[in-house]
Amino acid sequence: MLRGDLEGEDLERYVEERVVTTTFEKVQNWARANSIFPLTFGLACCAIEAPISLVTARYDLARFGAEALRASPRQADLIILSGRVSVKMAPVVRRLYDQMLEPKWVMAMGACSSSAGMFANYAVVQGADKFMPVDIYVPGCPPRPEAVLYGFTKLQRKIMGSPDQSWRQRYDAYGTEEWARGGPRSEPSPEAAAAYREARELTLA
Amino acid sequence: MAEQIAAPTETVDRDREIMTVNVGPHHPATHGVLRLVVDLEGEMVRELRPVIGYVHTGIEKSCEDKSYWKVIPFVERMDYVSYFFQMEAYCGAVERLIGLEIPPRARYLRTLFLELNRIHSHLVWLGTTALDLGAISMLWYCFRERDKILDLFEMATGQRMHTRYFQVGGVIEDIPLGFEQKCRAFAEEMPIRVGQYEDLLDRNEVFLSRTKGVGVVPRERLLELGVTGPLLRAAGEPWDLRKAFDYLAYPEMDFKIPVGTVGDNYDRYRVRVAEMVESSRIVAQCLDALPEGPFIADDRKYVLPPRSELSTSMESLIHHFKLVTEGFRVDPGEVYYSIESPRGELGCFVLADGSAKPARVHFRDPSFVNLQAFRDMAIGTYVADMIASLGMLDPILGGVDR
Amino acid sequence: MPDAPGLELIRGEIERDHPAAVLATSFDRAQAALVVDPARVLDVLRWLKEQPGHRYDFLSSLHAADYLPAQPRFAVHYELINRERVERIRVKAMLEDAPPAGDAVGGTMSEEALATGRHGGSPAAAGPAGHDGPSLPSIDSCVELFPTAHAQEREAFDFFGIVFRGHPALTRILMPDDYVGWPQRRDFPIGGEPVTFTYSERRYG
Repeated sequence: MLRGDLEGEDLERYVEERVVTTTFEKVQNWARANSIFPLTFGLACCAIEAPISLVTARYDLARFGAEALRASPRQADLIILSGRVSVKMAPVVRRLYDQMLEPKWVMAMGACSSSAGMFANYAVVQGADKFMPVDIYVPGCPPRPEAVLYGFTKLQRKIMGSPDQSWRQRYDAYGTEEWARGGPRSEPSPEAAAAYREARELTLA
Repeated sequence: MAEQIAAPTETVDRDREIMTVNVGPHHPATHGVLRLVVDLEGEMVRELRPVIGYVHTGIEKSCEDKSYWKVIPFVERMDYVSYFFQMEAYCGAVERLIGLEIPPRARYLRTLFLELNRIHSHLVWLGTTALDLGAISMLWYCFRERDKILDLFEMATGQRMHTRYFQVGGVIEDIPLGFEQKCRAFAEEMPIRVGQYEDLLDRNEVFLSRTKGVGVVPRERLLELGVTGPLLRAAGEPWDLRKAFDYLAYPEMDFKIPVGTVGDNYDRYRVRVAEMVESSRIVAQCLDALPEGPFIADDRKYVLPPRSELSTSMESLIHHFKLVTEGFRVDPGEVYYSIESPRGELGCFVLADGSAKPARVHFRDPSFVNLQAFRDMAIGTYVADMIASLGMLDPILGGVDR
Repeated sequence: MPDAPGLELIRGEIERDHPAAVLATSFDRAQAALVVDPARVLDVLRWLKEQPGHRYDFLSSLHAADYLPAQPRFAVHYELINRERVERIRVKAMLEDAPPAGDAVGGTMSEEALATGRHGGSPAAAGPAGHDGPSLPSIDSCVELFPTAHAQEREAFDFFGIVFRGHPALTRILMPDDYVGWPQRRDFPIGGEPVTFTYSERRYG
């Protein structure tokens, strides 16, 4: 059809209507985001919500492309830290993470893997980001499967190179408290800094 | 030309050597982070050593630092599939410590939610165990029913899991309108669904050959090992704490306890599936017999007053303030209270020292004790049978590790 | 549950066969408990298990508790059930914390410390490295009577440092093998880390 039927401008317009051009990175990221292979990894209560409940029919994760859950870390892209990471388990999780091949992503699902949740004690690592990088945190105890799906789509947008902006970036804004204090780039007065340090000593005692 | 590979010179008996395999804390038979160090001779399991502690959360230690009512969310998260049972064990123990009677409506509501949670736990068990054995479609069906139960929980308490619904003195709030209809519809539908699951599995040749005659442990050995729950009942011992000790509304309920004969994996499966049907019957009976009245005890020293009173009564305000900031104090003493959870006897030991925080909270978790029977179930069988036995044992590692 | 008079009768019967084994009885909040001398605990347990007419042959739970600051500090609780009559009874053995090994003058080392030394050092040596200081309170293991105690005694050892003499494999069960300290003792710190907010730290700290 294109051999000689159209010429010049007509040809250009014809091609524009039918062919998409983009960069290789964008296509690569689009493919990666829409075909994530999560690792079947569950630690504690969050594991019942995701990965188990998340792949069942009501909150189907497969419709976002993550149909293939892989048991081997060598074949997986995404590790969902679903549950509390205990001190004994932390080296195991780190080893699993190290075994995954680039590109890989980490979702800290739930309060316990984001920041130890309610368990501020000797046995739980106070947040998985103490020993491994985390890409996205999903709060909740346990987060609803819909919340995990929201986090998952956020991660997909991050992978595709257009991460969701927070309100600070989107509107170049700062909050009322900061405005009342003199703006986001103001310096605290020495009295305020001293009072903070004293309060911190008292609370951390 | 193809090279000749030299024959091995050492005389190792390759048929007999023992190979130690690590079924690591991360494995797809998702019963939690259990590590098994298995000595294999070919495909036969010769020795088995479970290593646990990978999800140890220090819950018992954390509880010593919190007031009595703040302990409830901690304690729920131990055995994370049967969370209402942990709440009941703890709240029941504290109620016995302070000598607080809970009103009849609260007793029935607690029984209702406990039995719904039992069905929930057995559904999760059935879905994941059938998945391990290869009957993958069971996972979808069981979790469809599970989502219905979670809808009921969410309707009554606002949360799908870990609802903190039971409080010392009763339940935190009454069931909403529409709950009873939905619950009744569920309780009527559940036996039909269980019938469908049985149709799928009961006469399935692969399932039968993988579970019949596999993992038999004699009844006396199970009793020695302290095993309770469906594992013990499958071996023929009719021991169920709901019938043995009267607690909550169980004495008024009419239900049977399924008891097996041989004690193999198939019996364990049948016992749990039959328990699901019995639990649906209890749910229906609870709804029929639910008495009117308060849903939490009246004693303002231990129970928060209703919010409507806070604006009119100074005393209520003071009680509320004291309860929320410090919590109630309990006279020194200790109590051990146990209930029948889906996995066996769940006991709670609370030691009070007179202050507003418990001095020791210990849970006798059924999975922790039942795991000791795993060696007996799996040694001398094939690796595949070991996986089937692990599924039928139904350990929840949150309870094992606490 | 044997009621209060029934409990006294049981104590009387045990006194006939094992004098001075039961130190006290306690009937509190409808629960019957026998406080026994830790050196005679196996005698009492065997009596309760095998005596016709009593036959408390199911050990439902074995757990330890720390009564600090009260002395004796540790208690090992045995919850026994008779399944035919549906009765529970509790046996409590109170243990002193053993004094530090280097502090004995003449013969003031407690029986427990001597017993630990005589045990061949298995738990003390197999325990955490560097923990040669104070020796540990110990009591006889009831694994032959009740095999269910195997894992539960390991747990009591792991968390309180109570040595069970005669246990086939007394090692840590829930904490990592090289952990130092007995976490659930009352004087062990709860751990965790204090919560500070990065925003405040950056601004004031």
